[in-house]
Amino acid sequence: MTRRPVDVGDPDRLYTITQGRSRADAVAFDLVTLIVAECEPSAGQQSEHARILELCRHPTSVVEIAAELSLPITVVRILLEDLRATGRITPRHPRVAASAALPDSALLTEVLHGLRNL
Amino acid sequence: MGSATSELPPASRTPLRDTAESGLKIVVVGGFGVGKTTLVRSVSEIRPLNTEEVMTEAGEGVDRIPVSSAKNTTTVAFDFGRISLNERLVLYLFGAPGQKRFWFLWDRLFSGTLGAVVLVDTRRMEDSWYAIDRLEHHKTPFVVAVNRFDGDHAYHSLEEIRTALALPAHVPLIDCDARVRSSGKDVLIALVDHLHHLARERELTA
Ligand SMILES: Nc1nc2c(ncn2[C@@H]2O[C@H](COP(=O)(O)OP(=O)(O)OP(=O)(O)O)[C@@H](O)[C@H]2O)c(=O)[nH]1
Ligand SMILES: [Mg+2]
Repeated sequence: MTRRPVDVGDPDRLYTITQGRSRADAVAFDLVTLIVAECEPSAGQQSEHARILELCRHPTSVVEIAAELSLPITVVRILLEDLRATGRITPRHPRVAASAALPDSALLTEVLHGLRNL
Repeated sequence: MGSATSELPPASRTPLRDTAESGLKIVVVGGFGVGKTTLVRSVSEIRPLNTEEVMTEAGEGVDRIPVSSAKNTTTVAFDFGRISLNERLVLYLFGAPGQKRFWFLWDRLFSGTLGAVVLVDTRRMEDSWYAIDRLEHHKTPFVVAVNRFDGDHAYHSLEEIRTALALPAHVPLIDCDARVRSSGKDVLIALVDHLHHLARERELTA
């Protein structure tokens, strides 16, 4: 496996990317929330924002964005919040709520069919 | 920093279908070297990706980038793979370490998981005790899969393993070979079957 170490060694650099912000609302962007770009990257945009818009031409999960950008998930959540606030992305939230104890059996039947058809 | 791997060619990405609308999570947990990444790789439609998160152990409801001076920070690396189940549903599989020092992250990283697979190596069964204990505590449904290594000379029967793990009768326990796709697929099916059974039970008594 190709390991791509995430750049977690330099908090200062991470702060530069997030322009000093250190907190993200974990609830807004689950690891498997799918992100869809609503526009093309534009000139002059912060490079990380532009990269996300490129990746999300097709739906892309938060965790895949973090892996592709080699950035901690917290940083990706902050960047996504910027893009969401300006209408550049739309999140597709997981159907299973983070708080739900167990999804309904109809959804699980669908999952089973999907796995059996692999 | 961060440029150490920039000489690698960019991995060719396989994007999801545009109709994909909902992500689901299953976690594969187990001791070091038990075969978590191997299992994820054998069933994933993408090469497993790796990511890390640095977290402070303070029980805040928010994520933070730790400042360099922060105490009690832990770096957790986990890998994950992906399975498109149909036009709309995408299943993500996370391989996560089962050691004690990682478990405070469970709620933060893996809330909303459908369930978990505990991978067991019979030569080091005690590595799984903690994970099983925590899953029961968190009421996360799980199955236990015994990854049979070639050097598994002391072949234990599933019943012996169930006793050694003090596993209740209702928890499914199966053999697998994490390297084999069909075997990995059977492990996932065993888990989702179990979840389906639990959901039906709950719906009938509701
Ligand atoms: N013979 C045999 N080898 C296996 C099997 N499963 C995994 N391996 C090998 O065991 C080693 C460890 O497997 P990994 O999948 O990396 O284990 P892991 O649980 O992800 O390990 P960590 O992430 O380091 O904790 C690798 O060299 C695998 O090729 C198996 O069923 N049989
Ligand atoms: Mg691994």
